[in-house]
Amino acid sequence: MKQGPVIPSTELACFHCGEPCRARDIVIEDKHFCCEGCRLVYDILNQNGMCTYYDLNKNPGQSQKVTVRKDKFLFLDDTSIQQSLISFKNAKQTHITFYLPQMHCSSCLWLLEQLYRLNEGVVSCKVNFERKEADIIFDHTKISLREVAELLTGIGYEPYISYNDMGKKKKVIDRKKIFRLGVAGFCFANIMLMSFPEYLGIDDKEENLLLFFRYLNLFLSLPVFFYSAGEFYSSAWNALKQRFLNIDAPIVLAIWVTFARSLYEVFTATGSGYFDSMTGIVFFMLAGRVLQDRTHRQLNFDRDYTSYFPVAVTRIKEEGNTTVTLPDIQLNDTLLIHHQELIPADGIITRGRALIDYSFVTGESLPVAKEMGEIVYAGGKQVGGNIEILVIKEVAQSYLTRLWNKDVFNQSSQTESSFVHGLSRWFTWVVFSIALLAGLYWTVVDTSRSWNAITAVLIIACPCALLLSNTFTNGNILRRLARNQFYLRHATVIEKMASIDTIVFDKTGTLTAGTDMEVVYDGKPLSGLLKQKIATLAAQSTHPLSKGIAAWAGTPLPNPFLAFEEKPGKGIEGMIDGDLITLGSALFITGKPQQDDTSTVYLAVEGQLLGRFRFRNHYRQSVPMLLRRLQKHFRLAIVSGDNNGELPYLRKLLGPLAALHFHQQPEDKLNVLQHMQQDGHRVLMIGDGLNDSGALKQADVGIAITDNSNNFTPASDAIIEASALPKLYELIRLCKLNQKIVMTAFVISILYNIIGLYFAVQGTLSPMIAAILMPCSSISILLITFGLSNLAARRLKLS
Amino acid sequence: MGVIILLLIASISVAGLFLGAFIWSVKTGQYDDENAPSVRILFEDKPKS
Repeated sequence: MKQGPVIPSTELACFHCGEPCRARDIVIEDKHFCCEGCRLVYDILNQNGMCTYYDLNKNPGQSQKVTVRKDKFLFLDDTSIQQSLISFKNAKQTHITFYLPQMHCSSCLWLLEQLYRLNEGVVSCKVNFERKEADIIFDHTKISLREVAELLTGIGYEPYISYNDMGKKKKVIDRKKIFRLGVAGFCFANIMLMSFPEYLGIDDKEENLLLFFRYLNLFLSLPVFFYSAGEFYSSAWNALKQRFLNIDAPIVLAIWVTFARSLYEVFTATGSGYFDSMTGIVFFMLAGRVLQDRTHRQLNFDRDYTSYFPVAVTRIKEEGNTTVTLPDIQLNDTLLIHHQELIPADGIITRGRALIDYSFVTGESLPVAKEMGEIVYAGGKQVGGNIEILVIKEVAQSYLTRLWNKDVFNQSSQTESSFVHGLSRWFTWVVFSIALLAGLYWTVVDTSRSWNAITAVLIIACPCALLLSNTFTNGNILRRLARNQFYLRHATVIEKMASIDTIVFDKTGTLTAGTDMEVVYDGKPLSGLLKQKIATLAAQSTHPLSKGIAAWAGTPLPNPFLAFEEKPGKGIEGMIDGDLITLGSALFITGKPQQDDTSTVYLAVEGQLLGRFRFRNHYRQSVPMLLRRLQKHFRLAIVSGDNNGELPYLRKLLGPLAALHFHQQPEDKLNVLQHMQQDGHRVLMIGDGLNDSGALKQADVGIAITDNSNNFTPASDAIIEASALPKLYELIRLCKLNQKIVMTAFVISILYNIIGLYFAVQGTLSPMIAAILMPCSSISILLITFGLSNLAARRLKLS
Repeated sequence: MGVIILLLIASISVAGLFLGAFIWSVKTGQYDDENAPSVRILFEDKPKS
């Protein structure tokens, strides 16, 4: 017997957020709402004549079911916190940038930029849609920072403010490459133009004009040589310093040889030089780099626990409650933790009953009940009433944050070794030998041409084609992956993805969706009335399992005659309209301990065991399909912080060979991966929580999975949206194809080089032939890489 | 010949003008958000700035 959530018989979508309305009495005019929160937002907008919000898109809002605590933003009144968040302040105006993760459509954009109509204190609001940020300017004599945050919250856009935002300088986007590209493009185009007279054979009588063109070209090539090509100089130099010869080294050599020879030709009036080819190749190579490095600026790949922690919490002191920032929390402080608030430091509960959701921190799927005097760890989220804790460890020393002191987090990323660099080295040796042979030959036959031949070979045969095919293919594959909601941090990740042979999954939040549970009842059939009675009893407890049963059993009795007693850690027992019903653990009901580790609640009526409720994780749709497909091609494994209740099911899904690890601490996860790597495996790890941070960092490729609702992703090499998880196999395949595409484009472009070499070894490479070959080879590389990668994506049925 | 030099100077300075415009547009962050402007232009009433 299985039952999903109760769905109303006729669908009634909330006018604000589009979710089905369970209650039918939340109505304004003819519009239905799913909850009071949504109705309130509509009310505000309606009163201000801003219902265009609803005209631009259908049901543009976000569900307001989870209400925001009234004085949540009280800490924004604190001047030192304000100082660390705002970007500018003068006598009248304050500028602040808020991160609003709820932003998703044009309605959001419209509404937020109309913010000044809701409050006259707001001067302007400008939205950066890609980054989901709003730059707000407000008059702080009319409205305070807290009120701005509350205003945004009031219309459904609660600003996400974390510990990480404090004192953080705004990231400056590095635009150097773009400028370099612009300058190179300008010079390249003009040099081409100036070179035409020479290509077409200028009149010999106009020798002055010829010289003028040559010197103009020389002048125009200077910015390219000294500024634009600097990109390759610094990269080659950095690699050399680490005793590594990357692909940029031979390219720099080719650029220098070309430039030197061109200078020589112009100054001695023996030729026009190869300025056109040189600037052209720099331009194309920079274009490839820019395309490849167009990373996803709206995504943050470097988050650690600080972006998960709040800015401040409430400290209880004898003289009253104050707001305190996280670094200022001291030992023996008493903190007040509200419902839905994070515990910022390890502590002992001194008041209240804690029910702590550690799912994000440890991977346990069910909240844990803690009594007074027990220790709670930082990172857990309190659900239920307020609690007070006594701090026993400072924030930086707590159990969770200690993970970040491990070595993996302090290692700087190793030198990126790519097959392209190896290939370029081999290629360089071949070129050197050809140049040497040609040089030797001409020294014997005709000494005047030997210098000519050597430089020409070096100019023609620089591994530019390899660099071009690599960067353009990478750039295009990155765009393709992003279109499928899979965002890589950097192009080098593609190659790492292609080499993996083992995939490790986290369970909670990765294979399962959030903390939703499926309730399965087995036992004697229950009558409708009995189910109602069970619902009535279960609704009395705040325990998550009780809540699950209450939701499963449906509507409680309207006016029951009820007496009950909740026994912490055991269960709940009550008389409902004359029936004694007991819900609880195996030990409590049957007197015998439970055999397995699953989350199970036993049901007894009048002391007679009727059956049991089993709680199963709610797996993401298509996870079974995905796992079955993946196990044919990869070694699979699971490392979960949760109990092994799901072991049989997962064993069935992953096959007999998969390694399944449960009860894993964050550090254990890291070690499991390390062992696999020591056995020679290349590991891909997919996880979502802070507890996976270490493993994600240790893995060859760490992928953080994200639902839209969750705006935190731990530091990783890539971010995948949950909706794209079913396509994981195809995405890996596409990465594997990347190398083949690069090679194909490279081999074809080499053909052009061979034609060029034919002239070069004879010492008769004219600037015109070089100028024709170079763009031809670049453009064919471009066409081949784009064509092949698009074809590959279509073949894999990726969008 | 004088004409050609004059024309060259004119053509390069026009091209230089475009290069300047390009650098200016990148510097002022016009490519930072490629999504919002295309939507913003369709709204009836312009936001106050």
